Amino acid sequence: MRNQLLLVVTAILFSISIVQGQNDDLLSLLGEDETTDYTNASFKTNRVINLHSLESTAGGVLDFKIGHRFGTLNGGAYELFGLDNASIRLGLDYGISDVLTIGVGRSSFQKTYDGFVKYKLLRQSTGKKKMPITAALLLTSAIQTLKWADPDRDNFFSSRLYYTTQLIIGRKFSEAFSLQLSPTMVHRNLVKTNAEKNDVYALGAAGRIKLTKRVAINGEYIYLLPNQVSGDITNSLSLGFDIETGGHVFQLHFTNSTSMIEKGFITETTNSWTNGGVHFGFNVSRVFTIKKKKLE
Amino acid sequence: MKHLLSVILFWAMATSMVSAQKYFTKTGQISFNANTSIEKIEAINKSASCVMDVETGKIEFGVLVKGFQFEKALMQEHFNENYLESSKFPKATFKGQIDNYKKIDTTKDIKVPVKVTGDLTIHGVTKKITTDGTIQVKSGKLQLSSMINVLLADYKVSVPALVKDQISKTVKIQIDATLEPLK
Repeated sequence: MRNQLLLVVTAILFSISIVQGQNDDLLSLLGEDETTDYTNASFKTNRVINLHSLESTAGGVLDFKIGHRFGTLNGGAYELFGLDNASIRLGLDYGISDVLTIGVGRSSFQKTYDGFVKYKLLRQSTGKKKMPITAALLLTSAIQTLKWADPDRDNFFSSRLYYTTQLIIGRKFSEAFSLQLSPTMVHRNLVKTNAEKNDVYALGAAGRIKLTKRVAINGEYIYLLPNQVSGDITNSLSLGFDIETGGHVFQLHFTNSTSMIEKGFITETTNSWTNGGVHFGFNVSRVFTIKKKKLE
Repeated sequence: MKHLLSVILFWAMATSMVSAQKYFTKTGQISFNANTSIEKIEAINKSASCVMDVETGKIEFGVLVKGFQFEKALMQEHFNENYLESSKFPKATFKGQIDNYKKIDTTKDIKVPVKVTGDLTIHGVTKKITTDGTIQVKSGKLQLSSMINVLLADYKVSVPALVKDQISKTVKIQIDATLEPLK
């Protein structure tokens, strides 16, 4: 009798549970599949202002960069606050894949050609695969092609070369706030005096705060470790806005650096914010999709 | 007595089996286009989940917004960042009722035109919609197909003035899914 009662109870419970099951959310029957969610758009483009951001150019995408720095504001009305002078860099960045970017550029400042390779080592993600940070390695080289200052002495081509190694470590802390650190070593084959070091170590820090969906405020500062460069070199500080309009990103900013490449803005910045040695400048980024992703 | 109970138990289980006639997929395809003459805007998601209860005619879809693949990486980024805000609203769902579900006989290979009414949630906004579609029974599986048109404005997806001519105000959404019995 006891067994039979047990059977009846089981049967009733079973049918009740079935009935209840029908009232539930149908999709919940499938359970949740955990997927890896990669964080993207930590910065609007692959540069903060002068510094490389932790973002890469997407695979198959060509990014045409136009960088412009006017003269310094303390040039006064005579120089129309710097607008009379301008330094320009034209560049092309290409994403070989989502994690590997290459780029070339040419700056009017010191007639310099530059090239870089950027590789994403880690990608910030949540879900199945969890990674708190994004990390990238940046290698750049630059060739300065100004006429030799003293053509009569022995000049070597290698004296025109500069190399930069930079690690970029950052995190998108929230939709609006991203922060990165960029420990950097700039190697200069030739320096002016014995007191200057060929290898210069620096630490860059950069962040952005998103104001609206399409506008963000960016800032970056590069700290040079002491006793490496001549006394008139200052740390680079830049502040600006990113404005995104479909295929373009406009970056408008104020910076005390004239150069737009690592060896320049890190080791050769001579102007200072304190005496108005600030350039107004902009970067325009226009992307072209060269290789479309297959949807099928 | 013992036999009787066994019979009752069996009957209870048998009926529960019938009423549990649910079909599902995790690889449904949802594609959409918002094409204009200026810009081709198309994307596809091949991991939509769907569960359908043949006994009640209830049907539900769920899809991760981030799973939509575009040809252009930047378009995909803007879709997630600026338009659908996928980190704030990660899922789009549909919960509906098929009106003539009784015509769906899963034992025969037939094609049934259906009308579905339900709640479509995109970008955190829920709207009631009605759409036509077909359900084809083929060797014990259900092939669902439907197309719906949605107005971006209905789901509070705002398009800036600068690009308003490049993005269609109505988006065509195509749904194709093959459901298997849920065990």
